[in-house]
Amino acid sequence: MIKEKKKLVMLVIIAMIVPAILLSGCVEEKDENKIIVGTSADFPPFEYVDETGKIVGFDIEMVTRILENLNYTVEVKDIAFESLIPSLQAKKIDIIAAGMSITEEREEEIDFSEPYYQADLSVLIKKGSGVEINASHDLDNFTASIANLTIGAQRTTTGADWVKEHLIDTGLMDNENLKLYDLYIDAIADLDIGPARLDAIILDLPVAQTFAEDPDREVVYTIITGEYYGLGVREGDTTFLEKINAQLDEFIGSDDWAALITKYFE
Amino acid sequence: MFETLAKSLPQLLEGLQTTLGLTILSLILGTLLGILLAAIRVYGRFPLPYLVMIYERVFRGIPLIVIFFLIYFGLSLQLGIGLDAFTAAIFGLGLRSAAYQAQIFRSAINSIPEGQMIAAKSLGMSKLESIQYIIIPQMLRLSIPGWSNEFTIVLKDTSIAFSIGVIEIMRQGRYIYVRNPDLTLYVLLLIGLIYFILVFSANKGLSYLEKKYKISGFEIGTER
Repeated sequence: MIKEKKKLVMLVIIAMIVPAILLSGCVEEKDENKIIVGTSADFPPFEYVDETGKIVGFDIEMVTRILENLNYTVEVKDIAFESLIPSLQAKKIDIIAAGMSITEEREEEIDFSEPYYQADLSVLIKKGSGVEINASHDLDNFTASIANLTIGAQRTTTGADWVKEHLIDTGLMDNENLKLYDLYIDAIADLDIGPARLDAIILDLPVAQTFAEDPDREVVYTIITGEYYGLGVREGDTTFLEKINAQLDEFIGSDDWAALITKYFE
Repeated sequence: MFETLAKSLPQLLEGLQTTLGLTILSLILGTLLGILLAAIRVYGRFPLPYLVMIYERVFRGIPLIVIFFLIYFGLSLQLGIGLDAFTAAIFGLGLRSAAYQAQIFRSAINSIPEGQMIAAKSLGMSKLESIQYIIIPQMLRLSIPGWSNEFTIVLKDTSIAFSIGVIEIMRQGRYIYVRNPDLTLYVLLLIGLIYFILVFSANKGLSYLEKKYKISGFEIGTER
Protein backbone atom coordinates (compact mmCIF):
# COMPACT_ATOMS: atom_id res chain seq x y z
CA MET A 1 0.00 0.00 0.00
CA ILE A 2 2.80 2.40 0.91
CA LYS A 3 4.63 1.45 -2.27
CA GLU A 4 1.52 2.28 -4.25
CA LYS A 5 1.21 5.72 -2.69
CA LYS A 6 4.86 6.43 -3.40
CA LYS A 7 4.40 5.52 -7.02
CA LEU A 8 1.35 7.75 -7.30
CA VAL A 9 3.20 10.68 -5.73
CA MET A 10 6.10 10.13 -8.11
CA LEU A 11 3.72 10.10 -11.07
CA VAL A 12 2.08 13.34 -10.01
CA ILE A 13 5.45 15.01 -9.49
CA ILE A 14 6.65 13.89 -12.91
CA ALA A 15 3.42 15.08 -14.46
CA MET A 16 4.00 18.48 -12.94
CA ILE A 17 7.71 18.83 -13.62
CA VAL A 18 7.82 17.73 -17.24
CA PRO A 19 5.51 20.44 -18.60
CA ALA A 20 7.24 23.01 -16.40
CA ILE A 21 10.61 22.15 -17.93
CA LEU A 22 9.11 22.10 -21.39
CA LEU A 23 7.46 25.47 -20.84
CA SER A 24 10.50 27.17 -19.40
CA GLY A 25 12.60 26.03 -22.33
CA CYS A 26 10.20 27.38 -24.87
CA VAL A 27 9.36 30.78 -23.56
CA GLU A 28 10.73 33.25 -26.03
CA GLU A 29 13.36 35.59 -24.83
CA LYS A 30 12.96 39.12 -26.01
CA ASP A 31 15.89 41.14 -27.16
CA GLU A 32 15.19 44.83 -26.58
CA ASN A 33 16.74 45.83 -29.85
CA LYS A 34 14.98 43.28 -32.01
CA ILE A 35 11.76 44.11 -33.79
CA ILE A 36 9.60 41.30 -35.06
CA VAL A 37 7.69 42.22 -38.19
CA GLY A 38 4.45 40.32 -38.74
CA THR A 39 3.17 39.79 -42.25
CA SER A 40 1.03 37.45 -44.27
CA ALA A 41 3.31 36.42 -47.08
CA ASP A 42 0.79 35.73 -49.81
CA PHE A 43 0.18 39.19 -51.23
CA PRO A 44 2.64 39.82 -54.02
CA PRO A 45 4.27 42.17 -54.70
CA PHE A 46 3.80 43.55 -51.20
CA GLU A 47 4.90 40.37 -49.46
CA TYR A 48 5.64 36.89 -50.71
CA VAL A 49 8.23 34.15 -50.37
CA ASP A 50 10.91 33.83 -53.02
CA GLU A 51 12.54 30.65 -54.35
CA THR A 52 15.09 30.62 -51.55
CA GLY A 53 12.34 30.58 -48.92
CA LYS A 54 12.94 34.16 -47.85
CA ILE A 55 10.07 36.56 -47.21
CA VAL A 56 10.44 39.50 -49.58
CA GLY A 57 8.30 42.23 -51.11
CA PHE A 58 7.64 45.93 -51.13
CA ASP A 59 6.36 46.15 -47.55
CA ILE A 60 9.11 43.96 -46.20
CA GLU A 61 11.92 45.84 -47.85
CA MET A 62 10.45 49.18 -46.83
CA VAL A 63 9.89 48.28 -43.20
CA THR A 64 13.29 46.59 -42.93
CA ARG A 65 14.98 49.71 -44.22
CA ILE A 66 13.07 51.96 -41.84
CA LEU A 67 13.78 49.79 -38.82
CA GLU A 68 17.43 49.38 -39.68
CA ASN A 69 17.73 53.15 -39.94
CA LEU A 70 16.44 53.22 -36.36
CA ASN A 71 19.17 50.72 -35.40
CA TYR A 72 16.88 47.79 -34.76
CA THR A 73 17.56 44.26 -35.87
CA VAL A 74 14.67 42.89 -37.86
CA GLU A 75 13.01 39.49 -37.95
CA VAL A 76 10.09 38.82 -40.27
CA LYS A 77 7.41 36.31 -39.27
CA ASP A 78 4.69 34.92 -41.49
CA ILE A 79 1.32 34.64 -39.75
CA ALA A 80 -2.21 34.20 -41.07
CA PHE A 81 -3.64 37.63 -41.95
CA GLU A 82 -6.53 37.30 -39.51
CA SER A 83 -4.11 36.47 -36.66
CA LEU A 84 -1.91 39.51 -37.19
CA ILE A 85 -3.79 41.87 -34.88
CA PRO A 86 -4.09 39.36 -32.01
CA SER A 87 -0.38 38.55 -32.45
CA LEU A 88 0.46 42.22 -32.14
CA GLN A 89 -1.64 42.59 -29.03
CA ALA A 90 -0.12 39.48 -27.47
CA LYS A 91 3.35 40.90 -28.16
CA LYS A 92 4.26 38.04 -30.46
CA ILE A 93 5.15 40.64 -33.06
CA ASP A 94 5.94 44.34 -32.79
CA ILE A 95 4.77 45.78 -36.07
CA ILE A 96 2.46 44.72 -38.89
CA ALA A 97 3.55 45.25 -42.48
CA ALA A 98 1.03 43.35 -44.54
CA GLY A 99 -0.60 45.68 -47.03
CA MET A 100 -3.18 46.29 -44.35
CA SER A 101 -5.80 48.88 -45.19
CA ILE A 102 -6.42 51.44 -42.51
CA THR A 103 -10.02 51.00 -41.37
CA GLU A 104 -11.97 52.41 -38.45
CA GLU A 105 -12.60 48.93 -37.13
CA ARG A 106 -8.90 48.12 -36.96
CA GLU A 107 -8.08 51.55 -35.54
CA GLU A 108 -10.00 50.54 -32.44
CA GLU A 109 -7.61 47.68 -31.79
CA ILE A 110 -4.23 48.91 -33.00
CA ASP A 111 -2.54 52.13 -34.05
CA PHE A 112 -1.63 52.78 -37.66
CA SER A 113 1.30 54.72 -39.04
CA GLU A 114 0.84 57.40 -41.65
CA PRO A 115 -0.41 55.78 -44.85
CA TYR A 116 2.51 54.67 -46.98
CA TYR A 117 0.55 53.41 -49.92
CA GLN A 118 -2.56 54.72 -51.53
CA ALA A 119 -4.48 51.88 -53.03
CA ASP A 120 -6.18 54.34 -55.40
CA LEU A 121 -6.36 53.77 -59.12
CA SER A 122 -5.47 56.26 -61.79
CA VAL A 123 -5.82 56.88 -65.51
CA LEU A 124 -2.61 57.18 -67.50
CA ILE A 125 -2.66 58.55 -71.05
CA LYS A 126 -0.21 59.66 -73.74
CA LYS A 127 0.32 63.39 -73.65
CA GLY A 128 -1.07 65.19 -76.71
CA SER A 129 -2.86 62.11 -77.98
CA GLY A 130 -6.13 64.02 -78.02
CA VAL A 131 -7.81 61.70 -75.56
CA GLU A 132 -10.39 63.73 -73.62
CA ILE A 133 -11.47 62.77 -70.14
CA ASN A 134 -14.07 64.47 -68.00
CA ALA A 135 -12.03 64.82 -64.85
CA SER A 136 -14.96 65.84 -62.67
CA HIS A 137 -15.42 64.33 -59.26
CA ASP A 138 -18.72 62.93 -60.30
CA LEU A 139 -17.90 59.31 -60.99
CA ASP A 140 -20.76 58.89 -63.46
CA ASN A 141 -19.54 61.73 -65.67
CA PHE A 142 -16.05 60.33 -65.55
CA THR A 143 -17.01 56.77 -66.42
CA ALA A 144 -19.21 57.98 -69.28
CA SER A 145 -16.31 59.94 -70.70
CA ILE A 146 -13.95 56.97 -70.83
CA ALA A 147 -16.47 54.36 -71.91
CA ASN A 148 -15.70 54.86 -75.58
CA LEU A 149 -11.95 54.52 -75.17
CA THR A 150 -9.76 51.50 -75.56
CA ILE A 151 -8.52 50.82 -72.07
CA GLY A 152 -5.63 48.71 -70.94
CA ALA A 153 -5.00 47.07 -67.58
CA GLN A 154 -2.87 44.39 -66.06
CA ARG A 155 -4.56 41.04 -65.68
CA THR A 156 -6.01 40.27 -62.20
CA THR A 157 -5.28 43.72 -60.80
CA THR A 158 -7.72 46.00 -59.05
CA GLY A 159 -7.49 48.19 -62.16
CA ALA A 160 -8.85 45.42 -64.38
CA ASP A 161 -11.51 44.63 -61.78
CA TRP A 162 -12.57 48.24 -61.68
CA VAL A 163 -13.05 48.42 -65.47
CA LYS A 164 -15.05 45.20 -65.47
CA GLU A 165 -17.23 46.27 -62.60
CA HIS A 166 -17.90 49.88 -63.58
CA LEU A 167 -17.77 49.81 -67.37
CA ILE A 168 -18.37 46.36 -68.75
CA ASP A 169 -20.86 44.96 -66.24
CA THR A 170 -22.89 48.17 -66.44
CA GLY A 171 -23.05 47.85 -70.24
CA LEU A 172 -21.24 51.13 -70.86
CA MET A 173 -18.32 49.52 -72.61
CA ASP A 174 -17.74 46.58 -74.94
CA ASN A 175 -15.65 43.76 -73.57
CA GLU A 176 -13.31 43.96 -76.55
CA ASN A 177 -12.31 47.52 -75.70
CA LEU A 178 -10.61 46.30 -72.56
CA LYS A 179 -7.15 44.99 -73.33
CA LEU A 180 -5.55 42.91 -70.63
CA TYR A 181 -1.80 42.57 -70.37
CA ASP A 182 0.41 40.23 -68.42
CA LEU A 183 3.02 42.91 -67.92
CA TYR A 184 2.59 46.63 -67.41
CA ILE A 185 5.56 47.18 -69.71
CA ASP A 186 3.57 45.82 -72.68
CA ALA A 187 0.62 48.07 -71.93
CA ILE A 188 2.92 51.07 -71.73
CA ALA A 189 4.46 50.16 -75.09
CA ASP A 190 1.00 50.11 -76.69
CA LEU A 191 0.10 53.40 -75.00
CA ASP A 192 3.22 55.03 -76.41
CA ILE A 193 2.23 53.97 -79.93
CA GLY A 194 -0.97 55.95 -79.49
CA PRO A 195 -4.76 55.75 -79.74
CA ALA A 196 -4.50 53.31 -82.64
CA ARG A 197 -3.48 50.76 -80.06
CA LEU A 198 -4.53 52.07 -76.67
CA ASP A 199 -6.10 55.25 -75.30
CA ALA A 200 -5.57 54.86 -71.59
CA ILE A 201 -4.35 52.53 -68.87
CA ILE A 202 -6.01 52.09 -65.51
CA LEU A 203 -3.54 51.12 -62.81
CA ASP A 204 -2.37 51.70 -59.24
CA LEU A 205 -1.53 55.34 -58.62
CA PRO A 206 2.09 54.97 -57.40
CA VAL A 207 2.92 52.83 -60.38
CA ALA A 208 1.24 55.30 -62.75
CA GLN A 209 3.18 58.15 -61.18
CA THR A 210 6.41 56.34 -61.84
CA PHE A 211 5.49 55.88 -65.50
CA ALA A 212 4.36 59.52 -65.74
CA GLU A 213 7.89 60.71 -64.99
CA ASP A 214 8.36 60.36 -68.72
CA PRO A 215 7.20 63.73 -70.17
CA ASP A 216 5.24 61.95 -72.91
CA ARG A 217 2.75 60.48 -70.45
CA GLU A 218 0.49 61.93 -67.82
CA VAL A 219 -1.87 60.89 -65.05
CA VAL A 220 -5.17 62.59 -65.80
CA TYR A 221 -7.46 61.17 -63.16
CA THR A 222 -7.35 59.45 -59.81
CA ILE A 223 -10.13 57.04 -58.99
CA ILE A 224 -10.51 57.30 -55.26
CA THR A 225 -11.04 53.88 -53.76
CA GLY A 226 -10.45 55.28 -50.28
CA GLU A 227 -8.04 52.54 -49.30
CA TYR A 228 -4.73 53.32 -47.70
CA TYR A 229 -2.17 50.88 -46.40
CA GLY A 230 -0.50 51.57 -43.09
CA LEU A 231 1.92 49.86 -40.74
CA GLY A 232 0.29 48.65 -37.55
CA VAL A 233 1.75 49.01 -34.07
CA ARG A 234 0.41 48.24 -30.60
CA GLU A 235 -2.01 50.73 -29.19
CA GLY A 236 -0.20 53.17 -26.92
CA ASP A 237 3.22 52.41 -28.40
CA THR A 238 3.46 56.11 -29.28
CA THR A 239 7.20 56.76 -29.14
CA PHE A 240 7.83 53.84 -31.47
CA LEU A 241 5.05 55.02 -33.78
CA GLU A 242 6.47 58.53 -33.88
CA LYS A 243 9.88 57.20 -34.86
CA ILE A 244 8.31 55.08 -37.59
CA ASN A 245 6.28 58.00 -38.90
CA ALA A 246 9.32 60.28 -39.00
CA GLN A 247 11.22 57.65 -40.98
CA LEU A 248 8.28 57.05 -43.32
CA ASP A 249 7.99 60.78 -43.91
CA GLU A 250 11.61 60.99 -44.88
CA PHE A 251 11.56 57.84 -46.97
CA ILE A 252 8.42 58.41 -49.05
CA GLY A 253 9.29 60.36 -52.19
CA SER A 254 13.03 59.77 -51.89
CA ASP A 255 15.08 58.16 -54.63
CA ASP A 256 15.21 54.91 -52.68
CA TRP A 257 11.44 54.99 -52.54
CA ALA A 258 11.20 55.41 -56.30
CA ALA A 259 13.65 52.59 -56.78
CA LEU A 260 11.58 50.34 -54.53
CA ILE A 261 8.41 51.12 -56.49
CA THR A 262 10.20 50.43 -59.75
CA LYS A 263 11.51 47.16 -58.39
CA TYR A 264 8.19 45.77 -57.22
CA PHE A 265 5.48 47.36 -59.32
CA GLU A 266 6.81 47.38 -62.84
CA MET B 1 6.24 23.20 -65.17
CA PHE B 2 7.82 20.04 -63.80
CA GLU B 3 11.06 21.88 -63.45
CA THR B 4 9.50 24.56 -61.26
CA LEU B 5 7.68 21.89 -59.26
CA ALA B 6 10.89 19.95 -58.76
CA LYS B 7 12.66 23.12 -57.72
CA SER B 8 10.06 23.89 -55.08
CA LEU B 9 10.11 20.38 -53.68
CA PRO B 10 12.77 21.14 -51.01
CA GLN B 11 10.49 23.89 -49.74
CA LEU B 12 7.60 21.44 -49.43
CA LEU B 13 9.82 18.91 -47.66
CA GLU B 14 10.85 21.56 -45.17
CA GLY B 15 7.17 22.09 -44.41
CA LEU B 16 6.72 18.33 -44.20
CA GLN B 17 9.35 18.19 -41.46
CA THR B 18 7.39 20.67 -39.40
CA THR B 19 4.14 18.80 -40.05
CA LEU B 20 5.67 15.49 -38.97
CA GLY B 21 7.37 16.97 -35.92
CA LEU B 22 4.12 18.55 -34.84
CA THR B 23 2.19 15.31 -35.39
CA ILE B 24 4.62 13.08 -33.53
CA LEU B 25 5.18 15.34 -30.54
CA SER B 26 1.51 16.10 -30.03
CA LEU B 27 0.62 12.41 -30.39
CA ILE B 28 3.17 11.51 -27.69
CA LEU B 29 1.69 14.12 -25.38
CA GLY B 30 -1.86 13.08 -26.28
CA THR B 31 -1.23 9.37 -25.81
CA LEU B 32 0.53 9.63 -22.45
CA LEU B 33 -2.06 12.02 -21.10
CA GLY B 34 -4.87 10.00 -22.70
CA ILE B 35 -3.79 6.79 -20.97
CA LEU B 36 -3.56 8.60 -17.64
CA LEU B 37 -6.98 10.17 -18.10
CA ALA B 38 -8.61 6.89 -19.13
CA ALA B 39 -7.15 5.07 -16.13
CA ILE B 40 -8.33 7.81 -13.78
CA ARG B 41 -11.75 7.85 -15.39
CA VAL B 42 -12.22 4.10 -14.81
CA TYR B 43 -10.29 3.45 -11.59
CA GLY B 44 -9.87 6.83 -9.94
CA ARG B 45 -11.52 7.82 -6.67
CA PHE B 46 -14.11 10.55 -6.37
CA PRO B 47 -13.87 13.36 -7.52
CA LEU B 48 -11.09 12.59 -10.03
CA PRO B 49 -13.23 10.78 -12.64
CA TYR B 50 -15.59 13.74 -12.74
CA LEU B 51 -12.77 16.20 -13.24
CA VAL B 52 -11.46 14.08 -16.09
CA MET B 53 -14.94 13.95 -17.55
CA ILE B 54 -15.14 17.74 -17.50
CA TYR B 55 -11.74 17.95 -19.17
CA GLU B 56 -12.85 15.57 -21.92
CA ARG B 57 -16.10 17.40 -22.52
CA VAL B 58 -14.41 20.78 -22.70
CA PHE B 59 -11.61 19.79 -25.05
CA ARG B 60 -13.89 17.78 -27.31
CA GLY B 61 -16.33 20.66 -27.39
CA ILE B 62 -14.03 23.49 -28.45
CA PRO B 63 -12.87 23.91 -32.05
CA LEU B 64 -9.15 23.38 -32.47
CA ILE B 65 -8.52 26.91 -33.71
CA VAL B 66 -10.05 28.30 -30.51
CA ILE B 67 -7.80 26.03 -28.44
CA PHE B 68 -4.80 27.30 -30.41
CA PHE B 69 -5.80 30.92 -29.87
CA LEU B 70 -6.42 30.33 -26.15
CA ILE B 71 -3.00 28.78 -25.65
CA TYR B 72 -1.03 31.06 -27.95
CA PHE B 73 -2.69 34.43 -27.34
CA GLY B 74 -4.77 33.91 -24.21
CA LEU B 75 -1.97 32.55 -22.01
CA SER B 76 0.43 35.24 -23.07
CA LEU B 77 -2.05 38.11 -22.75
CA GLN B 78 -3.57 37.12 -19.42
CA LEU B 79 -0.92 35.04 -17.66
CA GLY B 80 2.26 36.22 -19.33
CA ILE B 81 3.23 32.74 -20.53
CA GLY B 82 4.70 33.45 -23.93
CA LEU B 83 4.96 30.12 -25.72
CA ASP B 84 6.34 30.08 -29.22
CA ALA B 85 3.92 29.08 -31.96
CA PHE B 86 5.28 25.56 -32.45
CA THR B 87 5.08 24.68 -28.73
CA ALA B 88 1.63 26.20 -28.46
CA ALA B 89 0.53 24.07 -31.41
CA ILE B 90 1.91 20.90 -29.76
CA PHE B 91 -0.02 21.65 -26.58
CA GLY B 92 -3.18 22.52 -28.49
CA LEU B 93 -3.15 19.38 -30.61
CA GLY B 94 -1.88 17.19 -27.76
CA LEU B 95 -4.37 18.32 -25.14
CA ARG B 96 -7.29 17.94 -27.53
CA SER B 97 -6.05 14.60 -28.76
CA ALA B 98 -5.73 13.42 -25.13
CA ALA B 99 -9.43 14.05 -24.65
CA TYR B 100 -10.31 11.92 -27.68
CA GLN B 101 -7.73 9.25 -26.92
CA ALA B 102 -9.01 8.96 -23.35
CA GLN B 103 -12.31 7.78 -24.86
CA ILE B 104 -10.56 5.25 -27.10
CA PHE B 105 -8.55 3.88 -24.17
CA ARG B 106 -11.51 3.87 -21.80
CA SER B 107 -13.62 1.78 -24.15
CA ALA B 108 -10.67 -0.60 -24.52
CA ILE B 109 -10.35 -0.89 -20.73
CA ASN B 110 -14.06 -1.51 -20.40
CA SER B 111 -13.88 -4.37 -22.87
CA ILE B 112 -11.41 -6.23 -20.63
CA PRO B 113 -13.38 -8.58 -18.34
CA GLU B 114 -13.53 -7.35 -14.78
CA GLY B 115 -12.48 -10.76 -13.50
CA GLN B 116 -8.93 -10.01 -14.56
CA MET B 117 -8.67 -7.15 -12.12
CA ILE B 118 -10.05 -9.30 -9.33
CA ALA B 119 -7.68 -12.12 -10.26
CA ALA B 120 -4.71 -9.77 -10.23
CA LYS B 121 -5.63 -8.50 -6.79
CA SER B 122 -6.04 -12.03 -5.50
CA LEU B 123 -2.47 -12.68 -6.62
CA GLY B 124 -1.35 -9.87 -4.34
CA MET B 125 -0.94 -7.11 -6.88
CA SER B 126 -1.78 -3.61 -5.82
CA LYS B 127 -4.29 -1.60 -7.83
CA LEU B 128 -1.59 0.41 -9.60
CA GLU B 129 0.37 -2.75 -10.36
CA SER B 130 -2.65 -4.48 -11.83
CA ILE B 131 -3.40 -1.47 -13.99
CA GLN B 132 0.21 -1.28 -15.08
CA TYR B 133 0.86 -4.96 -15.77
CA ILE B 134 -2.56 -6.42 -16.56
CA ILE B 135 -4.84 -3.73 -17.88
CA ILE B 136 -2.67 -1.29 -19.83
CA PRO B 137 -0.84 -3.84 -22.03
CA GLN B 138 -4.14 -5.35 -23.14
CA MET B 139 -5.75 -1.95 -23.47
CA LEU B 140 -2.98 -0.76 -25.81
CA ARG B 141 -3.45 -3.75 -28.10
CA LEU B 142 -7.21 -3.33 -28.19
CA SER B 143 -7.07 0.36 -28.94
CA ILE B 144 -4.85 0.25 -32.03
CA PRO B 145 -7.73 0.60 -34.57
CA GLY B 146 -9.23 3.59 -32.79
CA TRP B 147 -5.82 5.12 -32.23
CA SER B 148 -4.89 4.94 -35.91
CA ASN B 149 -7.94 7.09 -36.64
CA GLU B 150 -6.74 9.60 -34.10
CA PHE B 151 -3.32 9.60 -35.76
CA THR B 152 -4.77 10.59 -39.13
CA ILE B 153 -6.91 13.29 -37.53
CA VAL B 154 -3.96 14.86 -35.73
CA LEU B 155 -1.78 14.67 -38.84
CA LYS B 156 -4.34 16.44 -40.97
CA ASP B 157 -5.24 19.03 -38.34
CA THR B 158 -1.65 20.23 -38.09
CA SER B 159 -2.45 22.49 -41.04
CA ILE B 160 -4.67 24.57 -38.75
CA ALA B 161 -1.53 25.50 -36.80
CA PHE B 162 -0.70 28.02 -39.50
CA SER B 163 -3.35 30.29 -37.96
CA ILE B 164 -0.86 30.99 -35.17
CA GLY B 165 2.13 31.09 -37.50
CA VAL B 166 3.52 27.55 -37.72
CA ILE B 167 4.86 27.18 -41.25
CA GLU B 168 3.88 23.62 -42.13
CA ILE B 169 3.53 21.89 -45.47
CA MET B 170 0.26 23.52 -46.51
CA ARG B 171 1.68 26.99 -45.97
CA GLN B 172 4.89 26.18 -47.81
CA GLY B 173 2.72 24.97 -50.68
CA ARG B 174 0.86 28.25 -50.69
CA TYR B 175 4.15 30.15 -50.97
CA ILE B 176 4.91 28.17 -54.10
CA TYR B 177 1.64 28.75 -55.88
CA VAL B 178 1.43 32.39 -54.90
CA ARG B 179 4.70 32.73 -56.78
CA ASN B 180 3.53 30.57 -59.70
CA PRO B 181 -0.27 30.82 -59.96
CA ASP B 182 -0.24 28.41 -62.93
CA LEU B 183 0.95 25.62 -60.65
CA THR B 184 -1.80 25.94 -58.04
CA LEU B 185 -3.56 22.71 -58.98
CA TYR B 186 -0.38 20.67 -59.19
CA VAL B 187 1.06 21.94 -55.93
CA LEU B 188 -2.18 21.13 -54.12
CA LEU B 189 -2.32 17.68 -55.71
CA LEU B 190 1.27 17.07 -54.64
CA ILE B 191 0.49 18.05 -51.06
CA GLY B 192 -2.58 15.81 -51.11
CA LEU B 193 -0.43 12.96 -52.36
CA ILE B 194 2.14 13.48 -49.60
CA TYR B 195 -0.57 13.45 -46.92
CA PHE B 196 -2.11 10.37 -48.49
CA ILE B 197 1.16 8.45 -48.56
CA LEU B 198 1.78 9.30 -44.91
CA VAL B 199 -1.67 8.26 -43.74
CA PHE B 200 -1.74 5.17 -45.92
CA SER B 201 1.63 3.84 -44.79
CA ALA B 202 1.02 4.65 -41.14
CA ASN B 203 -2.33 2.86 -41.22
CA LYS B 204 -0.74 -0.14 -42.94
CA GLY B 205 1.91 -0.29 -40.25
CA LEU B 206 -0.63 0.03 -37.46
CA SER B 207 -2.87 -2.68 -38.85
CA TYR B 208 0.17 -4.94 -39.05
CA LEU B 209 0.79 -4.23 -35.36
CA GLU B 210 -2.86 -4.90 -34.65
CA LYS B 211 -2.64 -8.36 -36.20
CA LYS B 212 0.71 -9.14 -34.63
CA TYR B 213 -0.35 -8.19 -31.12
CA LYS B 214 -3.92 -9.40 -31.17
CA ILE B 215 -4.93 -11.20 -28.01
CA SER B 216 -5.76 -14.84 -28.74
CA GLY B 217 -9.31 -15.73 -27.88
CA PHE B 218 -10.17 -12.05 -27.56
CA GLU B 219 -11.27 -11.35 -31.12
CA ILE B 220 -14.80 -10.24 -31.67
CA GLY B 221 -16.16 -12.60 -34.29
CA THR B 222 -13.93 -13.95 -37.03
CA GLU B 223 -11.33 -12.10 -39.00
CA ARG B 224 -12.83 -9.97 -41.72
